[in-house]
Amino acid sequence: MDTSRRRILQLLGLSAAALAAPPVLDALAAGPPAAEPKIGPAKGALTAKQWAMLIDTRKFKSEADIEPLVEACHTIHNVPKIDFKRWEIKWLWAAEYQHAFSGTTSLRFIADEVAHRPYLVLCNHCENPPCVRACPTKATFKRPSDGIVMMDFHRCIGCRFCMAACPFGARSFNYRDPRPFIKETNKLFPTRMKGVVEKCNFCSERLAEGKLPACVEASGGKLKFGDLFDEGSEVRKLIQTNFTIRRKVNLGTEPAVYYIV
Amino acid sequence: MNDKKLIITGLIVFLLIVLFPFWYNRGKAVPPPEVKLTDKAKAAKECVLSKEYMRAEHMQILDLWRETVVREGNRIYTNPKGKDFVMSLSNTCLDCHSNKADFCDKCHNYASVRPYCWDCHVEPPKEKS
Repeated sequence: MDTSRRRILQLLGLSAAALAAPPVLDALAAGPPAAEPKIGPAKGALTAKQWAMLIDTRKFKSEADIEPLVEACHTIHNVPKIDFKRWEIKWLWAAEYQHAFSGTTSLRFIADEVAHRPYLVLCNHCENPPCVRACPTKATFKRPSDGIVMMDFHRCIGCRFCMAACPFGARSFNYRDPRPFIKETNKLFPTRMKGVVEKCNFCSERLAEGKLPACVEASGGKLKFGDLFDEGSEVRKLIQTNFTIRRKVNLGTEPAVYYIV
Repeated sequence: MNDKKLIITGLIVFLLIVLFPFWYNRGKAVPPPEVKLTDKAKAAKECVLSKEYMRAEHMQILDLWRETVVREGNRIYTNPKGKDFVMSLSNTCLDCHSNKADFCDKCHNYASVRPYCWDCHVEPPKEKS
């Protein structure tokens, strides 16, 4: 049989059209595409570029002033209370001046009252967090939306590099299963398991509901919380009008917790 | 080839042992589990997505939820029907499906799946019934 070049090209064209037809017809036959599920922030959630905390240490006279804040935090976050120091878990706690600010300020001939005030210390949610760089699994990360240094407990493999990297000792490791050490479990917040690191999360779960962090709420105005990069925020104004110090600024981590001394 | 008898006996014994479980369990298939729905779940009629999707792919949606909540801070999931859900295992999923033993565990045990959700997430208190 003799087939002309023309005939072959015609056949090729036809077959191509036949192959292309079904998807086109299918698309035409189907109705409008089904709506896609959407994901978004909760209404009324508090947002900021970089959350920051301002602690007016002049208003904390003794450890009794700090305790309710620690209690509020540790209760809602299911932080276990373990008395043995090496297994202790803490999100925020009281430190002495010499421990909180050594290297930052002079300790020589310091006023007694200043030296013995309790200083509330917690994760500084640094702008340049060394723990995030140390984490091999990205379990700890700086949230781009609001600057909170967050932990994803699902990903933490318990290597404790972050604890070595953090100059503030803000992180604790679960050497034991924490559950038996939690007096009353807050059902709205998960616990942790043995083998993960944990720390303060600036109450990101409360911010998402439009509430201020638990410690700020419990402090009755001794702590202020707001957006560091918003010129109009109360925190920013107070930092500008008061003399404030931060912990270990010489290390360049840019802590977001400020202290009025 | 003087070991013919030995080899054949060995083969038969081997086959008997290997096939024993099949022979022993023949006709005794374990029935697939039937999950129980709580009254609340029944009243809601539909889950976040269709029943079929949830049955087969709930782990995908849980993974998506955990990723977006923890890492992006977005907590509201709007399903194709326009209904809003707070993305939370303990507070949303288990609010309806508060019968973990009869709902989650039944299938997971049957399929021999051991998710470690409950190492951290708080499971609802045991229902009295």
